[in-house]
Amino acid sequence: MAFFAGKVALVTGAGSGIGRATACAFAAAGALVTLADIAREAAEETAAIITQSGGTSLAIRADTSLAEDAAAAVARTVGAYGRLDIAFNNAGISGGRPGQDDFDEARYDRVMAVNAKGVWLGMKYQIPEMRRRGGAIVNMGSIAGLTGVGAFAYTASKHAVIGMTKAAATRYAGENIRINAICPGAVDTPMLARATAGVVAPPPGTTGPVAAAEDIAAAVLWLCSDQARFITGHPLVVDGGILAS
Amino acid sequence: MSTEGLEAFSLAGRVAIVTGGNRGIGFAIAEALGKAGAAIVIAARDADAGERMAASLGPRAAFIATDVTSPESCQAMVRGAETRFGRLDILVNNAGIMRASRAEDTALADWQAVLDINLTGAFLCAQAAYPAMRRQNGGKIINMGSLAALFGTAAGAAYACSKGGILQLTRSLAVSWGADNIQVNALLPGYIESDMTRGAEAERPGAFDAKRARTPAGRIGQPEDVAGAAVFLASRAANFITGASITVDGGYAIHI
Repeated sequence: MAFFAGKVALVTGAGSGIGRATACAFAAAGALVTLADIAREAAEETAAIITQSGGTSLAIRADTSLAEDAAAAVARTVGAYGRLDIAFNNAGISGGRPGQDDFDEARYDRVMAVNAKGVWLGMKYQIPEMRRRGGAIVNMGSIAGLTGVGAFAYTASKHAVIGMTKAAATRYAGENIRINAICPGAVDTPMLARATAGVVAPPPGTTGPVAAAEDIAAAVLWLCSDQARFITGHPLVVDGGILAS
Repeated sequence: MSTEGLEAFSLAGRVAIVTGGNRGIGFAIAEALGKAGAAIVIAARDADAGERMAASLGPRAAFIATDVTSPESCQAMVRGAETRFGRLDILVNNAGIMRASRAEDTALADWQAVLDINLTGAFLCAQAAYPAMRRQNGGKIINMGSLAALFGTAAGAAYACSKGGILQLTRSLAVSWGADNIQVNALLPGYIESDMTRGAEAERPGAFDAKRARTPAGRIGQPEDVAGAAVFLASRAANFITGASITVDGGYAIHI
C-alpha cells in the first residue's frame, strides 16, 4: 500500500511531535521526504528512524520564519529528488500561557513570525514548484484557528493560517494545487508537554481527549492523497469532538 | 508511522450500511467502501435497482428494502445486516430527496417529505444502529450533508433546513455517543453530477455551467470524488475525528 510511491514531500518541524510522526508516515507510504527543522539534530534523529524502517529522507536545518531558509528547503528538496509534490507546513511554536503571555510583545512577534509568516513563506516558495505538475499542501492550523482559545498571539496566528489557506486554495485550485489546513485539538507532543509543565493534558480552556501525533499524521496523509482530490481550502478538524460540544 | 499505520485506512472485516446506496453518491460510496474491504448493505426503497446494484458489487454485498422514515424498517435494516454479515460497523446516512420550489409555493407535503427522509430518516437509522455498534464497542456514522447546510438558496428552503439539521444531528450524536467509541461526522458535498442534479439540470438547464464557473477547481464534482472522504471517515485512521464536517466541493464554499 505505497500510497505515495515516487512522490516527494517536504515536512517542516519534522524533528518532533506531529511533524516527525507525519514525516515517518509519508516515508512508510513510499514518499521521499525532506525533513526541515530549526534543530538539525532533531531532523537527523527523524531521518535515522526513517532509514531504520527502509525509507528515504533528507534532513536539513531551516528556520521557516526566514525567507532564505524557506526558499532553500524547496531548492534542496528539488535538488535531491527532482520535484516537489507535497508540503506539510507544520513548524510552529506555542503561544505561552493564556492570561499571562497574552500581551507579551516579543512573544507575539515570534509566534506570528513562525506560525503565520512561516506558512506564508512556505507557500511562497512551494507553489511555484508545484505549478509544474500540481501538488498538495497542508498547513498546520489548530482549533485555536476556529475558536477563541489559547494566548492571543497563538489564536491570531492560527486564524491567519486558516484564512490564507482558503485564499491560496481559491487562487491555485485551477492549477491542480490543493491547499488545506489541519486543525488538531490537544495532541500528545513535546510542545503540549512544555505548555502543560510536563503533564500531558488538554491545554487551558479546552476540555476533552488528547490525540496521538499519529492520529494527526493519518489525516494529513489522507488530505494529500488522491482520495481527497476534490477537497481544497478545508480546515479539517481532528479534535475528538471538542468543537462539537 | 509503521506499516500498521497504513493498514489503519483499510476496512477489511467491516460491515457497512449505505442508505440510498443504489445510485448516485450513495452507490459510489458503497462501491468504495467495498473496495476498501467492507461488506456492503445497500438499503433503499427501490428493490429492482437495489438488488441490481448490490449484485454488481459481488458476493460481499446485499440489498435490504428499507423505508428510512419508519423506525421498524430501520431496525429491520440493522437486524438484516447483522444476520447477513454478522455485525455492523459503519452506517452511511445518504438517502435523500430534493424538491425544488420557492418558499411561497412550497406545499406542506413536500416540506415534510424532504425533512422526513433527509433528516428524520438519518436520525432513525442512527438510533437503530446504536445498540449494534454499542454491543461491539464502537462504530462509525457518516451523515450526508450538503453545502446547502451553509448557504441559503432561493428554491430549496426545505432541503437547506434538512441539511442544516444534519450538521446539528452530527454534532449531537458525536457528543452523545463519544463515550461509546462511536464517531459521527458529516460530509458536505458541493455540486455533484448525480441522478439528483442531472434531473434538476434537465428541468432548468444552466445550473451545471453556473456551478462550474464558481468552483475554483473548474469542474463539477463526480460521486467518486465524495467516496474517498467516506472511506477515510469509516476507517480507524479517522478514530480521533468526530462531530466534524468535511466539505468536498473543489473550493466552492471558501470564497464569495
